[in-house]
Amino acid sequence: MRHIVPIFKREFLGYFRSPVAYVFLIAFLFISVSLAFSRYGGFFRAGVAGMDSYFTFFPWLFMFLVPAVGMRLWSEEKRSGTVELLFTLPITTLEAVLGKFLAGWAFLTIAVLLSFPMALTVGYLGDPDWGVILTTYLGAVLMAGGYLGVCALASALTKNQVISFVISLAACAALLFLGFSSFTDTLEGLLPMALADALSNFSFITHFDAFTKGIIDPKDVIFFLSLMGFTLFLNVVVLER
Amino acid sequence: MIEVKGLVKTYGPKRAVDGVSFSVKRGDILGFLGPNGAGKSTTMKMITGFLRPDAGSATVDGIDVTRDPVAVKGKLGYLPESAPAYPEMTVEEFLGFIAEIRGYREAAARAAQVDRAVQLTHLTPVRKQTIETLSKGFKQRVGFAQALLHDPAALVLDEPTDGLDPNQKNEVRTLIKGMAEAKAVILSTHILEEVEAICNRVIIISQGKVVADETPAQMRARKPGARLDEIFRELTRGDV
Repeated sequence: MRHIVPIFKREFLGYFRSPVAYVFLIAFLFISVSLAFSRYGGFFRAGVAGMDSYFTFFPWLFMFLVPAVGMRLWSEEKRSGTVELLFTLPITTLEAVLGKFLAGWAFLTIAVLLSFPMALTVGYLGDPDWGVILTTYLGAVLMAGGYLGVCALASALTKNQVISFVISLAACAALLFLGFSSFTDTLEGLLPMALADALSNFSFITHFDAFTKGIIDPKDVIFFLSLMGFTLFLNVVVLER
Repeated sequence: MIEVKGLVKTYGPKRAVDGVSFSVKRGDILGFLGPNGAGKSTTMKMITGFLRPDAGSATVDGIDVTRDPVAVKGKLGYLPESAPAYPEMTVEEFLGFIAEIRGYREAAARAAQVDRAVQLTHLTPVRKQTIETLSKGFKQRVGFAQALLHDPAALVLDEPTDGLDPNQKNEVRTLIKGMAEAKAVILSTHILEEVEAICNRVIIISQGKVVADETPAQMRARKPGARLDEIFRELTRGDV
């Protein structure tokens, strides 16, 4: 497991060695903040010292932006042939998968944490519940990991980054929409009730919601962690195939 | 040092490698010849643990590559075809990354190893340059430096002189020759003179099978007076 460190370092610094990191971070912050201030977010109009209006868009934003980070993880290596270099170095597939995933996750965590001026603004303007803000940040980071696991898996399936992006987007969208009643209602019409119910448990929104209310439910934490674990396991399987 | 027994790899209906066996001792430079698509690269990928053989085995220093791939990869230096490297890294960063994975954890040990490889492959003038800005010759040398970095006992080089100019080719050959005494080297190539110049053994493969395994002198003796490429063409006729 000690080889995770160099893999992680290379991948993580790799974001900053190209314009990818800066374009992504600026776009992410710009979009997320403008959504919060827009009339759909109503950051000021709500008259509440909280970050609800900022974080409610996160599941949607992640649906587009996490695939943008995840699509290159393996596709890029496959296309440029460095995958052959990487897997003839004395490392295991698991080490490579974990190192790369953790690097992407750390990068997304930085993106999420860079919204701290929003939190400071809320603190300056009012008297927010810092506990709720903290759990929301935790939820957002966990959710980013869940999305990224799915995207890393999609990326391992193809050497074409566009295909990787589209598969990731579709998979993330499915995991997102499972939380909406209009969508699950349709499912219930098509599938047995128990199955539709079970499926709707896989939604990111349902599991993220509790965090934004200040609740750390072990059920939600386990959902995101096990989703990561499962997708990373499949990632190893796909690469060793 | 490297022992290959009955390797088989099938892609769909095509047998890319069909029962290839040979062995390479320390001090040997084995030239791996064959037309494009004969199975050279595939064989090398199986020896280095990138591809899993469908049958047969490859061992390095007595360790089977399918049993303990990490140990085998630690002993080998491998230059894949077209020398892939991370384009956004500088030469120094890239070699530092390889050194760290190869187990040189302390910064001093890592720097020493990188310096050695940079000097051996004459990369000093470009060591702070990103790899994407390098010419083909320098890129090839970066791949070479990466394979040599940990001073491996066995080297597998897939077309090490491909795309180099005559001077660079000569330099790479001198380098390989200079190191070979203590190492087992397999190199694949299209260039027949190269085999004559540096190899002490030749293996020709055609349609996934070994059709000749001898010294360059023996190969020449097959048809006295004929040029090497005529002999080559005759041996690999099935591939045309």
